[in-house]
Amino acid sequence: MNQPDTILPPLTERSGILRWLRHNLFGTWLDGLLTVFGLLLIYLAAKGLLTWIFTIAEWDVVVANLRLFMIGQFPLEQVGRLWVGLGFLLFLTGNSLAIWDKRSYIAAILVLAFPLFLAFLPFDSNTRQWLIFLTATGAIGWGLGFSNPQALKKTVVAGWIISLPIIVLLTRGFTDPEAGGAIAIVGTNLWGGLLLTFLLTVVANIFSFPLGLFLALGRRSELPIIRWFSVGYIELVRGVPLITILFMAQLMLPLFVPGGMDIDRVLRAMVGMTLFSAAYLAENVRGGLQAIPKGQFEAAHALGLSGAKTMIFVILPQALRLIIPILVGQFISVFKDTALVAIVGLFDLLGIARTVLSQPEFIGLHREVYAFVSLLYWVLSYAMSYISQRLETSLGIGTR
Amino acid sequence: MRKLTVLSILVIISVLVAACAPAATEAPAATEAPATEAPAPAAPPPAPVIEVTVPGYGETLKAVQERGNIVCGVNAQVPGFGYVDTAGVFSGFDVDFCRALAAAVFGDPGKVEYRALTSSERFTALQAGEIDVLSRNTTWTLTRDTELTGNFVHTMFYDGQGMMVPVDSGLTTLKDLEGGTICVQTGTTTELNLADVMAAEGITYTPAVFEDSNATLAAYAEGRCDAITTDKSGLVSNRASLADPAAHVIMDVTMSKEPLGPMVRHGDDQWFDIVQWTAFALFTAEEFDITSANVDDVKASATNPSVMRLLGVEPGMGAKLGLSEDWAYNIIKLVGNYEEIYNANLGPDTPTFIPRGLNSLYTDGGLLYAPPVR
Repeated sequence: MNQPDTILPPLTERSGILRWLRHNLFGTWLDGLLTVFGLLLIYLAAKGLLTWIFTIAEWDVVVANLRLFMIGQFPLEQVGRLWVGLGFLLFLTGNSLAIWDKRSYIAAILVLAFPLFLAFLPFDSNTRQWLIFLTATGAIGWGLGFSNPQALKKTVVAGWIISLPIIVLLTRGFTDPEAGGAIAIVGTNLWGGLLLTFLLTVVANIFSFPLGLFLALGRRSELPIIRWFSVGYIELVRGVPLITILFMAQLMLPLFVPGGMDIDRVLRAMVGMTLFSAAYLAENVRGGLQAIPKGQFEAAHALGLSGAKTMIFVILPQALRLIIPILVGQFISVFKDTALVAIVGLFDLLGIARTVLSQPEFIGLHREVYAFVSLLYWVLSYAMSYISQRLETSLGIGTR
Repeated sequence: MRKLTVLSILVIISVLVAACAPAATEAPAATEAPATEAPAPAAPPPAPVIEVTVPGYGETLKAVQERGNIVCGVNAQVPGFGYVDTAGVFSGFDVDFCRALAAAVFGDPGKVEYRALTSSERFTALQAGEIDVLSRNTTWTLTRDTELTGNFVHTMFYDGQGMMVPVDSGLTTLKDLEGGTICVQTGTTTELNLADVMAAEGITYTPAVFEDSNATLAAYAEGRCDAITTDKSGLVSNRASLADPAAHVIMDVTMSKEPLGPMVRHGDDQWFDIVQWTAFALFTAEEFDITSANVDDVKASATNPSVMRLLGVEPGMGAKLGLSEDWAYNIIKLVGNYEEIYNANLGPDTPTFIPRGLNSLYTDGGLLYAPPVR
């Protein structure tokens, strides 16, 4: 008897959309009932939502204030340098995708073609040109990375490292504001919208990382003073809501520093967010450190590595790889936490939404404005999550 | 040893939590951002009493002139009073006062750096010298005038509790509400004021109370009450968010005192005078019918000594304030008189129309009364 290992059903029953439907949605009479009921629910919910989106909602408020949502009160004549900074980031993104994520054309095309897609929307011609510029820089970066991946690796890493100072400098400017010019200083009181949210997120994440790392190592240190300090700091900060830290920074700090000394409000928020995020990050890193078996330490010792070298070359690379999903979760949560600075009077994405709502011509359009802002938050959070998944795949995490 | 560590950490945390408590309770108040923060019935969180270096006489003007702009604390969330318009420019009634001040000091209303402040941080910002003047719909009360190391300069807007009714109801006075139902938010001074005023007038009514302002408005919109009451500047945005704003009208009655005005730090009387006379110049200009449109003609043909002194035709007044002689001319020319500012932000042609009521000149039965310029 030569019986095949698996008995395949006839071809007609394996394929075809009707077959699939019958099998998955209407298998039994109960399945069928549930399907109909579910469809009815979806229809009722979607009908109201779609009617609102397409007929009732007045999206004028978003269109008229798009500039405020994106860059706040940043002067329009200075906006070119923000596009240049964005172009630089897209160049690096294209480059990195080509080098580290070769197989996925889809990701590259999605990222690079998105600005081009936006350019077809009815923006003014200036904005459209800049959007096309973005796609062009991204495509050039991708092409370069694709043609010569090995040689460019170090350059790209260096590019990412200097990108934060470059972006901050481009945003702030460095020549006298009185004199004007394309790179005149723009005070942080004019930073706002998505630009401010983005800068707060990036600065808090980047600076809290080394701080959190040191705190995590400090907590495991055998020196009592360092250990107590780390434990004290972590538990103190984790026991206080972020909003109180921001309030302290905005309300108490001015009273403690000598009169006339004015610490920038955006800087205060950045420092507050960094210090807060560092405490949480420290615990995440500690979790990673604890997951490394003792044998790794002993093996490193047996090879004659010093304590510091053991940490840097053996333990941390493994520990940090383990906690990438947790770190991304932390980054996304910092991104969303930046919305709290709206409560202390900064014009981040949410803060600018609140002032847009008080424009006399748009009073009462809360739903439109908040729907738009939440959509933006969701798109960006999901993008971060997606990028991290790609990063995990290409680093081979989760597959041992 | 370990117990001691745990204990000391607990102590530190509890001290910190206690220190933070007032700030934490302030948070919800800040999110609502009502147009006028009426003095709450419960004791407000105590302001941190910390010695700050108070600038002495003349220091603020000097600092402002060296810096080249005035830092003005404003609200960014009150329609008609302070908000950022679609072009990214601060606008509103309170903002225009800052512009008038900059016109008086620099002859350029644009030389203002706006600092959007929440209700909880506004006094700290003033105390710490982060702002030169606070022009942020702040109600003048005794406590705020004394303990917060600041001085209220003058009332720029007499706000007060108002009453909104549907136009076709034909109600025009409080007496007409006899036996009616009034929507009001519970737990506020508004509710108490309503009871006081109605008792004093001898009007019986049924209050329909709600927990938050949106619910109150929703009930009114559904027609469950004959009228809705809150501060007038709040009623304005309530009205605009109704389905058909034109079908509702704010009665010309004021049921409580909410004098809103700019505030400066203690200790610099010269700066106080400058801010105060900026306000008086706005009133005086309206009194003499001097507008941004006709100020040049008036200046050229002025015969009234008061007008000549105000516009600097007859010099001397500006120097006494430490400003140039055309300080008032600049205010009127570049920003306008009180009426122009009012109408641009709260006038009948705006979505945020508030009848002038008490904010009329004393000659029209209002409260605006400026001392003579001499």
